[in-house]
Amino acid sequence: MLRFIIRRILGFIPVLLGVIIFTFFMARAIPGGPFDFIGDKSLPPSVVKNLEAKYHLDWPEWEQFISYLVGDELYIGSVKIFDLDPNTPAYSYGVLRGDLGPSFRYRGQTVNDIIGRTFPLSAQLGTMAIILGLIIGVPAGIISALKQNTWLDYTATFVAVLGVSIPSLVMAPLLIWIFSVWLGWFPAATWGAKPPYLQNMLSPGFDWGNYWSHAVMPVFALGTGLSATFARLMRASLLQVIREDYIRTARAKGLHERTVIYRHALKNSLIPVVTVIGPMFAALITGTLVIEQIFGLNGMGKHFVQSITNRDYAVVLGTILVYTVILVFSNLLVDLAYGWLDPRIRLDA
Amino acid sequence: MAVAELPAHTQLARKPRSLMSDSINRLRKNKLAVSSIVILILIVSAAIFAPFITTGDFAKQDLMANNAIPHWMLVIMPKGAEQYARFSDKFILGADDLGRDLWTRTVYGARISLAVAIVASSVSLLVGTVYGLISGYVGGTTDTVMMRIVDFLYGFPFLIVVILLQTYFKAVARRGVGGGFGQAMVAINESMGGMFFLFVAIGLVNWIGMARIARGQVLSLRKKEFIEAAKAVGAPDIRIIFRHVLPNIVGPLIVVETLAIPGYIFLEAFLSFIGLGVDAPTPSWGIMISEAAPGIRTYPNQLLPPALALTITTLAFNFMGDGLRDAFDPRLKE
Repeated sequence: MLRFIIRRILGFIPVLLGVIIFTFFMARAIPGGPFDFIGDKSLPPSVVKNLEAKYHLDWPEWEQFISYLVGDELYIGSVKIFDLDPNTPAYSYGVLRGDLGPSFRYRGQTVNDIIGRTFPLSAQLGTMAIILGLIIGVPAGIISALKQNTWLDYTATFVAVLGVSIPSLVMAPLLIWIFSVWLGWFPAATWGAKPPYLQNMLSPGFDWGNYWSHAVMPVFALGTGLSATFARLMRASLLQVIREDYIRTARAKGLHERTVIYRHALKNSLIPVVTVIGPMFAALITGTLVIEQIFGLNGMGKHFVQSITNRDYAVVLGTILVYTVILVFSNLLVDLAYGWLDPRIRLDA
Repeated sequence: MAVAELPAHTQLARKPRSLMSDSINRLRKNKLAVSSIVILILIVSAAIFAPFITTGDFAKQDLMANNAIPHWMLVIMPKGAEQYARFSDKFILGADDLGRDLWTRTVYGARISLAVAIVASSVSLLVGTVYGLISGYVGGTTDTVMMRIVDFLYGFPFLIVVILLQTYFKAVARRGVGGGFGQAMVAINESMGGMFFLFVAIGLVNWIGMARIARGQVLSLRKKEFIEAAKAVGAPDIRIIFRHVLPNIVGPLIVVETLAIPGYIFLEAFLSFIGLGVDAPTPSWGIMISEAAPGIRTYPNQLLPPALALTITTLAFNFMGDGLRDAFDPRLKE
């Protein structure tokens, strides 16, 4: 088991490297630089040149790459290994030393700051949405499969397809219109907690009522689509599993129907659902731009997308790195879950 | 002895039913799928005949009538709307904030979404099937290498690649850099209202899944006797691939691709929402939703036409895809 984990992690290092290299050079290949505009006005070229020189954007690209990885200079003790620009002090220690670089657009903030501030919100939202999706979707799929071709099945399937067909782009404003504007039950925007999240939420005076009332709508807007996906997957999978021979054997043995389903059929039919959760988790945790924009949440999704338009190279790379790392770990967890769900897929078999 | 000479009582009473006619019959019985196909045909016709059923000009602005609503729409507006609303019965479904007719823009928006569906799924199907065919049929080291590449790419956040590519194409188009090839591409793009790059990019997002499925199918067919027979007769590999393998794997591939189409439409709407989609003033349901969302408290009517259109179209594709899958896969129906 441990060998498997280590092998997987080692196998992802080339992927990570590939992602970094591709994104690094592709982002710089896009015409236009981060300092060309302030708002709508374009800066004069001399100013642009000076700003770019300050952030070493006029260096050759492979030097910029090394600087990104390990910083401008590397000293061990007082022995200088290399110093790419003796005239200026290093302002970043490089990714390998944990510093993701400065943001060009939000000057004065580092990428670590930005991600540290926005990631927890997206993570909370994403996790809650997946949990909601599972709570609603999996039982719905099970009922739908067990009572196949009854009106219960047809209604559930119809609602599920409906849920999958309404994008969050549409669902979110709709929910706001119905529940905030018409009924006034929930606040329409913002999040119930402020950074630093962990500190605030674990402190005794935290207003949980406010938090939940702010959280309901975004989580629902995200979660309903997810629950529809889970319901469909669960239904299709359970339908196939029920027809397997070992289920027939279990019934022939005279086992209670409930035992047959919950002890034997369920675990195996969960496999497709778990497969999908891996990448879904990574994608949700790193923020969904649409929900965040419509509900006015300060999450990571905005930075994910806007940083490319802003040519904010460090933020682009930072967000992509976070995404890839989380993806790797979720896939690893999914593979471990396979082993638990279906003993035939044991890892070192 | 020819068949026609056999005595009559040994002939079959009816023509034998082929697998295809079985599947089509199953599809016909699925009312939901059939109605979805009908709805899709309606939408496609509306998109094709758009100039005849709308005012024909989706870009015409009437700034004196922005945000206008027809009188009948007052019932669905929030309370107090008559205080600030502008009325104009010229617009069937109202106007957006630049005075453009919503009905016209929605119908023309169907063109974009349907074009995405067709182009992106064709690209994905083409690239994925060819890749999977080659990898599965040739086998050996080539197969291993090709699959390693696919596994490597699988971990790649493709949304990022699409966004990067789109930004790159837009920047190139705006600044005119890129030399001869770039200029030619930009010209093609402009002629389609900024859609070409977008669709190719979207199509490239999904080809990996298609390649994997195609390869799996090919692998299961390779060992069958009729392939061996064809090889024994001396058929060249190319002929075997196109004449024997391809027709047998095409069914499930098309079903999977149809089920992926709603995803493409969403992706296009999302890209338009963040401003990386088609160029203004070409209407796309995503752009219309992103323009309507801020004004939802005062003019919720602007959100409805594109939102409803998007939902109905994706619903129809989903039901049709489900119906196709149920029809072509006999195991799930017992």
